[in-house]
Amino acid sequence: MNAHDEDRMKKLLQQALPPVDGEAGPDRDLWPAVLKRLDAKPAGASSGWAWFDWALAVGLVLLVAFFPASIPVLLYYL
Amino acid sequence: MRNGSSEVLNAFRQASPEAFEAAFETLFRLHQRAVFGWILRIVRNPATAEDLTVETFWRIHRAHRRFQPSRGFEGWARRIVTHAALDWLRTTRPETELLADLPAPAAADPAISAEIRSKTALAFSRLPPKLRIAAMLAVVEEQPHKDVAEALGISVAAVKLRVFRALRLLRKDLQQQGITP
Repeated sequence: MNAHDEDRMKKLLQQALPPVDGEAGPDRDLWPAVLKRLDAKPAGASSGWAWFDWALAVGLVLLVAFFPASIPVLLYYL
Repeated sequence: MRNGSSEVLNAFRQASPEAFEAAFETLFRLHQRAVFGWILRIVRNPATAEDLTVETFWRIHRAHRRFQPSRGFEGWARRIVTHAALDWLRTTRPETELLADLPAPAAADPAISAEIRSKTALAFSRLPPKLRIAAMLAVVEEQPHKDVAEALGISVAAVKLRVFRALRLLRKDLQQQGITP
């Protein structure tokens, strides 16, 4: 694509998608929505580790304790 | 996006929780219009822009400790805004965006039919989000490459490259539809 083609594509794109009025503000006051968003508990947030994390950690400790030969394999996949 | 709120942010990084919230509201009032406008330029839908403005200020609130007053608020905030919009573009089906609220061109070129414009807009919506956002800001909205680069966290040369790749892919898509741009 040469410079001429590039200019034609730019003009076509500007015709297909005219610029919007970026100076326009929102139709409503968004501050209450921001406060509501801040008060909402973030998705996935929890007080600590989930039970699955603990089970996995315990499983790994037991595996290493009973089968020390598995350490290099675990390190390889980390 | 106006600057001048660095003092506010600098203050609320070290202030009490009450002062922090007051400073954050001041910051919101100062910048919400600019943030909304920048997002609207990318997503082109006022309702989505409102949602993403709220999301952006939530991200600013969450990340305020990483803000460095010496580097200015404007660039930092614009990067957060742009990434919120980029995340939205990544999770939205191409056909559902852009086309819903297409404004009519102010000075429509008679040589370009409405069908070609529509197909171009649809082809554009199918581009990878990273290319689309660069082309949208730099070509459609005619924002300075420096501002686009700052917003995306890339170099000016990278912006130019993304725009070029976007236009090339767009041309290829249109050619496959039998349209010779």
